[in-house]
Amino acid sequence: MSQQLIITLISGIFISGVAGYLGTLMLSKKMSVVAGPLAHLAFPGAALALVFGFNIFLGVFPFVIIGAIIIWILEKKTKLPLENLAAIIFAGGVGSALLFLPIEKAEEALVGNIMNITLVEALVVIILSIIVFYVINKLYQKMILMNINEDLAIIEGTNVSLYNLLYLLSIAVVVALGVYLVGGLITAALIAVPAASAKNISRGLFFYKISAIIFGIVSTIAGIFVSLFFNLSAGPMIIVCGVMLFLFSIVFRRQVI
Amino acid sequence: MNKILLEVKNLNVVLDNERIIENLSFQAVEGEILTILGPNGAGKSVLLRTLLGFLPYEGSIVWNQKLKVGYLPQGLNQLKVKDLPLTVWDFFVLKNPIPKKDEIIQFLNLVGLEKEILYKVAGHLSGGQFQRMLVAWVLISHPHILFFDEPTTGIDIGGGETIYSLLHTISKKENLTLFLVTHDLNIVYKYSNNVLCLNRKGHSCLGSPKEILSPENLEQLFGTEIKFYEHH
Repeated sequence: MSQQLIITLISGIFISGVAGYLGTLMLSKKMSVVAGPLAHLAFPGAALALVFGFNIFLGVFPFVIIGAIIIWILEKKTKLPLENLAAIIFAGGVGSALLFLPIEKAEEALVGNIMNITLVEALVVIILSIIVFYVINKLYQKMILMNINEDLAIIEGTNVSLYNLLYLLSIAVVVALGVYLVGGLITAALIAVPAASAKNISRGLFFYKISAIIFGIVSTIAGIFVSLFFNLSAGPMIIVCGVMLFLFSIVFRRQVI
Repeated sequence: MNKILLEVKNLNVVLDNERIIENLSFQAVEGEILTILGPNGAGKSVLLRTLLGFLPYEGSIVWNQKLKVGYLPQGLNQLKVKDLPLTVWDFFVLKNPIPKKDEIIQFLNLVGLEKEILYKVAGHLSGGQFQRMLVAWVLISHPHILFFDEPTTGIDIGGGETIYSLLHTISKKENLTLFLVTHDLNIVYKYSNNVLCLNRKGHSCLGSPKEILSPENLEQLFGTEIKFYEHH
């Protein structure tokens, strides 16, 4: 196994593990649909980075943060359904990106470059993944209680706005990392698909979290190896593997419920 | 005579430009069961949530002691969690601090649930089972003041009675103060020390169940003739 492949695999494992974990929280908040538009909102950032020649992650991160906060504020102000707001953000992101993004370079923003990741980039990915994982883990129980009933969470001593902010920041970091590594298209899938598969086969929270992380990691490892074997693009293959696992999870679903 | 725990003076609550609570003043003493009675839309839940500090208000709300609060919100039912992979055990683990397993079982038994329910999916419980579980969930923190907003919605007649008599017993034993919203007049009569009535026109009244639950008063409160028969 080449050194490049090892770096790719390790980065992929970290990003898909944390994305799967975050996905379970987003799915429980009915927010997993938001990951897609946020990832697409990263396009203008990627466009700027490509045009001016700086690192895509640095271009993407502020846009995703701003997008997440815009969605958060719009939801509070307008009380429109999240998926509706997400559609607006999605259109805005892609539309403005297409104005600036050189079309021949668009592919990198769409499907990422996980096979070419450098050692330094991998270290950044690993460190950020660990930090975000830790934060999500700290937030998790309280966020679930906030989803069920915000008043109860306050009585249990939760600082709701602080938790919401940390939650949005976590989403922004994961989406930005995901766009950089595997592209906007695949990031949304990395967040939404493992959680959905895990939900199919879980009765309780612990198993739900663990199985989503495992589904995410397995689809990434499988996607990378299968794409190498058939000489195909890694990112899209990761999605295909994730969706295959989802189909398997449907088969097992009946036995759980 | 127990000491005064809560003093509310000239309370006004305005939400979305609508005045929900107008110039309300009342007191509550430690250890009492105070029922808030009134038609839908009179501001009963708003009053509870204001007392809990969740809503902006004008006027004064003075708690004479800082005490641990338990709250059972209105409309929280099993349908709210049906899309979550959450067992009853998981639901208790959402608490801060996490209660011990023995204690959870003890409180489940107290509200008439078996320990086997711990491993059931919370969203699959019946309405009554879920409501009982919530009561246990609130009580397990050993609160001093309870805010219960229609705690027996969806519970069958006998079950509701069980929960109220349980609340009554616990509040006597631990000198709990209980703020209760319910539409069940029998329960009000049997267990409340005082009744605070609210109607949509911003009128309120406070007194013992015997005073408040007179046919004239009820008619004024609900705007329709209601007969309530005292049981002896």
